[in-house]
Amino acid sequence: MSPVDITAENNPLRSADDRRLNRIAGPSSLIIFGVTGDLSRKKLMPAVYDLANRGLLPPGFALVGFARRDWEDQDFMEVVHASVKEHARTPFSEEVWKQLAQGIRFVSGEFGDDEAFAQLKETLDTLDTERGTNGNHAFYLSIPPKAFPQVTEQLRRSGLAEAGSDEQWRRVVIEKPFGSDLKTARELNAVVESVFPADAVFRIDHYLGKETVQNILALRFANELFEPVWNGQHVDHVQITMAEDIGVGGRAGYYDGIGAARDVIQNHLLQLLALTAMEEPISFDAADLRAEKEKVLAAVSLPENLDEATARGQYAGGWQGGEHVTGFLDEDGMDPASTTETYAAMKLNINTRRWSGVPFYLRAGKRLGRRVTEIAIVFKRAPQYLFTESQTDQLGENAIVIRVQPDEGVTIRFGSKVPGAGTQVRDVTMDFGYGHAFTEASPEAYERLILDVLLGDPPLFPRHEEVELSWKILDPIEEFWADKGGPLEQYKPGTWGPTSADELLARDGRTWRRP
Amino acid sequence: MIIDLPNTTTSKVSKKLVTIREEGGAVALGRVLTLIIATELGSEEAAIEAANDASREHPMRVIVLLTEPGNPDVEPRLDAQIRVGGDAGASEVIVLRAYGAVASNEESLITGLLLPDAPVVAWWPGRSPVTPASSPIGRIAQRRITDASAGEIPVEAVASLSDSYRPGDTDFAWTRLTHWRAQLAAVLDQAPYEPVESVEVSGAADSPSTVLLATWLRLRLQVPVKYKSHHRGNGSSGIHGVRLNRRSGAVVLERPIENVATLSQPGQPTHDISLPRRSLRDCLAEELRRLGPDLMYGEVVTRGLKEFDTEVRSNG
Repeated sequence: MSPVDITAENNPLRSADDRRLNRIAGPSSLIIFGVTGDLSRKKLMPAVYDLANRGLLPPGFALVGFARRDWEDQDFMEVVHASVKEHARTPFSEEVWKQLAQGIRFVSGEFGDDEAFAQLKETLDTLDTERGTNGNHAFYLSIPPKAFPQVTEQLRRSGLAEAGSDEQWRRVVIEKPFGSDLKTARELNAVVESVFPADAVFRIDHYLGKETVQNILALRFANELFEPVWNGQHVDHVQITMAEDIGVGGRAGYYDGIGAARDVIQNHLLQLLALTAMEEPISFDAADLRAEKEKVLAAVSLPENLDEATARGQYAGGWQGGEHVTGFLDEDGMDPASTTETYAAMKLNINTRRWSGVPFYLRAGKRLGRRVTEIAIVFKRAPQYLFTESQTDQLGENAIVIRVQPDEGVTIRFGSKVPGAGTQVRDVTMDFGYGHAFTEASPEAYERLILDVLLGDPPLFPRHEEVELSWKILDPIEEFWADKGGPLEQYKPGTWGPTSADELLARDGRTWRRP
Repeated sequence: MIIDLPNTTTSKVSKKLVTIREEGGAVALGRVLTLIIATELGSEEAAIEAANDASREHPMRVIVLLTEPGNPDVEPRLDAQIRVGGDAGASEVIVLRAYGAVASNEESLITGLLLPDAPVVAWWPGRSPVTPASSPIGRIAQRRITDASAGEIPVEAVASLSDSYRPGDTDFAWTRLTHWRAQLAAVLDQAPYEPVESVEVSGAADSPSTVLLATWLRLRLQVPVKYKSHHRGNGSSGIHGVRLNRRSGAVVLERPIENVATLSQPGQPTHDISLPRRSLRDCLAEELRRLGPDLMYGEVVTRGLKEFDTEVRSNG
């Protein structure tokens, strides 16, 4: 009996046959810039705790906050504690908290302050020995994009962006929006990638959909049931919706000049479109998956008359579901003449044989009926030979609806005979919910992101090429809207958007689905 | 809601379930597995509670089959109880109390209540059949869960796992190890990548998990494993610690006090790790996550235990 060799690739305690063992991240630290923000308090810090509670963080883990506040480690620890208590998804355990708290540090300073970055470096060096973080550090930039150049430059200048040896790593996480058009997206990308290599850059935006992406791939390609009808022969059109019931609230300043199309259509909705429309990838490798998505995004074309193929609007003030809400133009800090849209809808065509003649309708907006994201594949009607029109007048089109959130799952709508002596056919639905059918709750997007960053799993999702293709689709629409100018059509809060959006579908003899 | 059906039959229970669904919609159709809990009369509540808890993660139909072995003279009778809604977590629970000769054909009691097409998991929280896979209930189930620590002499129960093993078997003594194993595997993910030269494992003498941990390490690392057992009163229950000896020094993972372990490695600060003893609910939820056979467990209880046993004996 001779001892088994152990290498970085071969760990004898792991085996493909052993599916119980989770991968635990290696020793490392997470440094959050903009730690006083809402996102950090409501999402990041609780996600770190939840990971610790699930036993997925290494014993040698540290959490470092960087912000302008004049705080000591102790003050920051209390902030983390409060946010964990309030927002964590897993139950609070004193033992887990104690273990986590040992590695919590705070560095106070401005982004322009060289001294503060020197202090940060010193803190990380101390953690490497005190906590055993081993020189592995991930920087989370939870800050406005305009501060990216300054912070990445500071990280480079102070030597924080470079790993000390081949075994150590530095990674960076950035938030959306990543640019506001093709040009600025390229500029921002150049800034970040001048300091960090492409595979060390993680974009949270795309993680909001990581589980969804895999769910859609499984639904489409692991089944025989759907793919044969997933084409222009059977599909009439596709509707992709992302609706929020809230307004811009405190983010008015940020939102002005961005709008619904840049905020979510450019990234989320076009990603969903790509996944719905793409051909089967030859493998699940990030590269093969990207190849198929890039192909289909490159095949997207805009209708010639953009006036008839797009719609936009702004929410007005009024009563929404029992609460009085402020109209977009009256929000605090908003330019009353703003032409930023809070609702955007558009019709896109895909120039492939599979989707020839099948329009894809995309819509996104704020202060709509309810919070929902879904993809509806609407089928053609069956030929009307056997049943008379009066028998099927209550029958809609068959549809497969992929509910992305909330209550992630799939609904299939089809016709069924109404019980009784006569023959009447009416719509019924068959429902599947991930939450009802599975043991494991889907991991929260931020948990999954942080774990992937610490494990160094290469980001599955868009690299810069895909981001550029999305901007190429959106830029002509944004230019068209900019030329057209304002004022924008106002829509009542808590409804499904402006009438121009309904007209957009009515011109094609279709209607929006009520999600 | 709890509905009692005294002196009944499986077919009446099945009919009642359909009525409940039609009347209240209380029973959703989206259940994806049937869990059969087989135990003795009087010891069911802890198991039902664990199943209810686990069903929050995984809605299922739970059939609790209670029998009274060795009492054939009792009047034969089947009492049933259906629990849905708040009394059953996210699952629906059917409790069957089989008295006397009714219990002699267990399979017939269960078959009519299984969900169509869905996987079946059997769990014996207390005493388990000698060969679970060939018992009447075990034959229906894809996964069979036993608990060696519930037996009277747990360490002997471990030895019997080896003889009775069929793919699909699993034991909570193995499930309780998952966090320990994950921490140890994570240590070897990191540099220095040196072979482990020898291993020491210690734990309570009545802890079947400690034996399985030692076996697993020996099987995977192919090195001698020194196994030390302590009698109760001399330390806490379960596993006490693991020591992996490498050239650069020893990696030691110890749990001197309940719930918190310490990990020490050469050149690294000592870390505290939260490592609580796992609850029944945790163990059950983990088992339900994977419905295929656990091949690693199979290796450990068959080949691993035999080799380990020979080695321990030859060392006296």
